[in-house]
Amino acid sequence: MVPLSWFLILGAALFAVGLFGVLARRNAIAILMGIELMLNAVNLNLLAFWRYLWSDSLTGVVFVIVVLAVAAAEVAVGLALIISIYRRRSTIVAEEINLLKW
Amino acid sequence: MTGPQIIFLAAAAVTLIAAIMVVTVPRLVHAGLWLILSLAGIAVLFIMLDNGFLAVVQVAIYIDAIAILIILAMMLTRAAMSDTEPQINRMWLASAFASLIIMAGLLWIVSQAPAASRGPLVDAEVGLDALGRALVDVDGFILPFEIASVLLVAALVGAILVAMTPARGD
Repeated sequence: MVPLSWFLILGAALFAVGLFGVLARRNAIAILMGIELMLNAVNLNLLAFWRYLWSDSLTGVVFVIVVLAVAAAEVAVGLALIISIYRRRSTIVAEEINLLKW
Repeated sequence: MTGPQIIFLAAAAVTLIAAIMVVTVPRLVHAGLWLILSLAGIAVLFIMLDNGFLAVVQVAIYIDAIAILIILAMMLTRAAMSDTEPQINRMWLASAFASLIIMAGLLWIVSQAPAASRGPLVDAEVGLDALGRALVDVDGFILPFEIASVLLVAALVGAILVAMTPARGD
């Protein structure tokens, strides 16, 4: 039997790795990949909680499906923005996209 | 150590190592391929949580759509950043520190949770039938379902608009 805490520990570690990617990578696409890792960690936690504590209701599964839909929307808009920025300023390095920086 | 525990540890190790490679390898395309491996590990864990449907959805949406989209975007923007220049910024040490603090906090919360050592509930068969009905049931989840659909349509139309070729003289 796999205890619930194993899934939660893995989720925490995966979230931290994704957070490091978001904070430290310079390439905007790599930052998006870090966000995907964080969303996956959240999904894993949601599904583990559903399976171990509330598997008589469907709420956890629906939660994961909604997070998946939001992730798909987020990555589509994010990549469109990155490609648009690349076309106009020919850079995708996050620190060079500083037009709005005060 | 029982069979499920060994499978869990193997899948978790693959997921975590692949995730670490995603954020550390200098070549961006390799990072994308590691991302696919990490997402596949998550799909295995979904199967371990007795939800084969979401595992299939994970493969179909994350690996098939999102990862491929990311790799395509990498190929479209390849000229912007060579693989030889540094891929992490000068704040990486502070970033690693912040991530470690967040992870320590999360682990502390997990250690405080009363249900952390609990085993899975028995007979957790989620019927696809029941899930499909609940998603369009007025007493179920029709509102989040419809909001998610509207969000997807709006996001995709917006993505097309944003990524459209700019007009001449723009």
